[in-house]
Amino acid sequence: MIRKSANEMAASLASGEVTSVELTKAHFARIEEVDVKVRAFLHLDTEGALASASVIDERRKKGEELPPLAGVPLALKDVLVQKNVPTTCGSKILQGWRPPYDATVVKNLKKNGVVILGKTNMDEFAMGSSTENSAFHPTHNPWDLTRIPGGSGGGSSAAISSFEAPLAIGTDTGGSIRQPAAVTGTVGVKPTYGGVSRYGLVAFSSSLDQAGPCARTVLDAALLHEAIAGHDEKDSTSIDAPVPKVVEAARRGDVKGVRIGVIKELQGEGYQAGVLERFQESLDILSGLGAEIVEVSCPSFDYALPAYYLIAPSECSSNLARFDAMRFGLRVGEGSAEEVMNATREAGFGREVKRRIILGTYALSSGYYDAYYGSAQKVRTLIKNDFEKAFLSADVLVSPTAPTTAFKIGEKSDDPLAMYLNDIATIPVNLAGICAISIPSGLAKEDSLPAGFQVMAPAMADDRLYNVGAALERELLAKWSKPLLDFAPELA
Amino acid sequence: MAMKYDQVVSAFDPVLGLEVHVELGTKSKMFCGCATLFGAEPNTQVCPVCLGLPGSLPVVNRKAIEYTIAIGLALNCSIAPYSRFARKNYFYPDMPKNFQTSQYDEPICKNGYLDLEVETEDGIKEFRVDIERVHMEEDTGKSLHVGGATGRIHGADYSLLDYNRAGIPLVEIVTKTIEGTGKYAPLVAKAYVKELRDILRSLGVSDVKMEQGSLRCDANVSLRPMGEKKLGTRSETKNVNSLRSVERAVRAEMIRHAGILETGGKVKQETRHFHENTGETTAGRSKEQAEDYRYFQEPDLIPIAPADSWIDEIRKNLPERPSERRKRLQSAWSVPDKEMAAMVNADVLDLVAETVELGADPTKARGWWLGEIARIANENEKWAGELPISPVNVKELIDLINAGELTDKLARQVVEGVINGEGSPKEVVAQRGFKVVSDDTALMEAIERAITTQPDVADKVRNGHIPAAGALIGAVMKDTKGQADAAKVRSLLLKHLGQSE
Amino acid sequence: MSESELDHLSSELDLILSAVARVSEVAKDDIAPTSHPLPLLNVFREDVITPSLTADEALSGAPAKEEGRFKVPQILGEEA
Repeated sequence: MIRKSANEMAASLASGEVTSVELTKAHFARIEEVDVKVRAFLHLDTEGALASASVIDERRKKGEELPPLAGVPLALKDVLVQKNVPTTCGSKILQGWRPPYDATVVKNLKKNGVVILGKTNMDEFAMGSSTENSAFHPTHNPWDLTRIPGGSGGGSSAAISSFEAPLAIGTDTGGSIRQPAAVTGTVGVKPTYGGVSRYGLVAFSSSLDQAGPCARTVLDAALLHEAIAGHDEKDSTSIDAPVPKVVEAARRGDVKGVRIGVIKELQGEGYQAGVLERFQESLDILSGLGAEIVEVSCPSFDYALPAYYLIAPSECSSNLARFDAMRFGLRVGEGSAEEVMNATREAGFGREVKRRIILGTYALSSGYYDAYYGSAQKVRTLIKNDFEKAFLSADVLVSPTAPTTAFKIGEKSDDPLAMYLNDIATIPVNLAGICAISIPSGLAKEDSLPAGFQVMAPAMADDRLYNVGAALERELLAKWSKPLLDFAPELA
Repeated sequence: MAMKYDQVVSAFDPVLGLEVHVELGTKSKMFCGCATLFGAEPNTQVCPVCLGLPGSLPVVNRKAIEYTIAIGLALNCSIAPYSRFARKNYFYPDMPKNFQTSQYDEPICKNGYLDLEVETEDGIKEFRVDIERVHMEEDTGKSLHVGGATGRIHGADYSLLDYNRAGIPLVEIVTKTIEGTGKYAPLVAKAYVKELRDILRSLGVSDVKMEQGSLRCDANVSLRPMGEKKLGTRSETKNVNSLRSVERAVRAEMIRHAGILETGGKVKQETRHFHENTGETTAGRSKEQAEDYRYFQEPDLIPIAPADSWIDEIRKNLPERPSERRKRLQSAWSVPDKEMAAMVNADVLDLVAETVELGADPTKARGWWLGEIARIANENEKWAGELPISPVNVKELIDLINAGELTDKLARQVVEGVINGEGSPKEVVAQRGFKVVSDDTALMEAIERAITTQPDVADKVRNGHIPAAGALIGAVMKDTKGQADAAKVRSLLLKHLGQSE
Repeated sequence: MSESELDHLSSELDLILSAVARVSEVAKDDIAPTSHPLPLLNVFREDVITPSLTADEALSGAPAKEEGRFKVPQILGEEA
């Protein structure tokens, strides 16, 4: 049962073949069995999950009409607040904090009857590409436990790829949903900025952060997308428009006549040969299905990474200022308020967080603002313009999601610049506020590890991602003859 | 050796800059739906947003923007077609996010002015104060300092924080440099804050209570030698919280600066605090270096681009300008300049106007608000408007006097009763058993008794020595427990003794 | 931070800063900055009171509290 898709689980729940309590218990059993190796979770809410599962079962018994995902379990990235459930953001500074409110995404999940199993591991405050920056422990890639599961949402991607949960929520500031999806052979979507409420998402970089679905199939991701998306009056940056018809698109999967633009700048040097090979294979498949493949150029993408590493740290330096030991979370040290704040931040924040706070503080300081933050915002304009131009000749744009497959734990932890390169293909999407999906494109020949295929679409055209993704997924599944995750080693 | 004020202003030219913070009177906070009631139990008007809890996000209160635009229009500002919020980053425990959501280079209103008529020893002088900007921000929480010898922040063992006030919308109104006021500088500063307060009150955007901190003034003062163009170094006196203190603080700073400059010293650019009891300022904690607030656009908020139709609508609903209203009322009531100024100074104009609107005679209404009520207010160190007596009460009081049911003397006691919380004037009259003795028979009996007890005085009056009647009238009033109309007693008495005025 | 941690961090930061400084190469004067990915304007809420947290909820995460207030170490700063 746990190896089924969320959509199949929902059908089994609806038919009465299984109850939500049974399904939830089955997943907790799986977690019990394999999480000692994977370490995807930071916190399990066994009691809360079983309670909400039994409420769903009761309602179903009474014959109530329930939402599509009612009773299906899910793993929540620990950057979203859930009332009275510990929320740490992978940081010691929040250890023990139980928020007094629910994020809008969490509210929407509850409204849809989704059962939240617990909180998943992540790079501290979502800063990283490997989940090694978690203050608590690293998470391991189920394909090879010595490798990273991607980041920052490595807990979520590892949980679904190890069948600890069929669905998960991630957040994507520079690729934190898509890159983990790519390196674990799963599906991850960064919705259009403003498509999913940020209320209750602990901010890393406010103008880039976006929560989105993680799943094992394109249709599952679409079902979850529909459950969490929509206008929220508590988020000023939330788009007041109907949610794009993503489920319908995921069921359609027809690329005939769709113009697919290949971004020249997002391939070649720095990309692993096996990853590029899988990418080309997917392109050929789409072409075979009747899509029109064109090449587009986005010259400013060359500057996306530096712009990102100015904008995100700048915003984070301000967003993280509230972690000051006064109102919530950790408090250490003696002396004045200022001394206690400094001591707490020294003890509570990890190295990558400190690095980015210092960088951001510097980039915003008077005298440097124009050269750094101001220039980065101009680059952002150029990147938006590049996208707009590219979307004139293509309906969607594509690239490999990440330049390489999963690397070894510890391999890049001493080289921040090499680590940052993981996000080279995912960052432009965040800077422009558009949407993108990563779907598994197969295993790279060098290491037999999963690679990801990224599809990008204009703002509020999220349905295009699912349409293209579903078509490619269907053809690849036929080619592989079984789901990609079935090629992964047994964990138990 | 401190210089005398007239020496200061003959040697130096003062330049002012005034920053006024006003708490807006919206029902809910600037960025969340928490209530803004004054005096609630600590931390009961807070939510994840105004507590700055991780994950929370702000949403702008439309009313606060509307109020700010109204203030801008009333101050002759241009309203920006596009403005944004910015984060002002600095650490302070009363500020939950450790940045204040404010506006930086894109305020809602810019470039206005305010014309003042300043009452001086040389008559009324006119000044125009140019307004640099009107922008929106949010208030901070309140800290209570515990322990230490003084209960002040320095030496306190720890502080207790209440965030009920955090996130209440604040508008900051900043003047350009105010030059050319010379010796009138302190008066101009006071007149500016007062006129601003009257405008804000007339707009209904704030309760403008300086004593509760809903209107606070920071005064920048610098001096330069006469004839010098270059501005001197300024000091900023923070949170001056009464009109009188504005005037005193500016004067004190002028004298302090002059004392430093006169002896060849240098004025330090610093924050200062005004002390009401001594009338002097003291230095705030000086920082080693100027704070870098690292302003940047608030990414959690959306730019404001008010439609012309919205601005027009707000403009259309602006109330009459207080200065114009004063002129109109003065002519309608035929009040002499001096009396008018007295009403304005005692800040009872609105109260008188309301009483008149209820149908009272303007002169009588003015008499009560400027007389007995103002006296009691002074005694309690309060403003008349804060006393629990309303224009409705005063109108009722005047009606009672007009109907002959109260004497002036009794009416004063009634005012006291109303302020003591004994009820409306009629209720006070009933409860205290006040009754004007107007029954001639009763009065005549009392007059007879007075004449009998003081026959020699009565004789004096009979012999034409009218002033002696006072003693008899006094006795009658005493006899009737003050409930008789003294004028009537006098006329009856004189007539009885065969005399006339 | 310890000395060695600081040394490590500052050399890393030098490296990162020189890498990101490239943005100024293309940031010409005539390019408008983008502070926000969406062209939204005028998002407001009405002036309506919504329920607050209870004082207990508000203080639930406080490292220290007293008399319904957040208890914080002595504040060295402007006299309020």
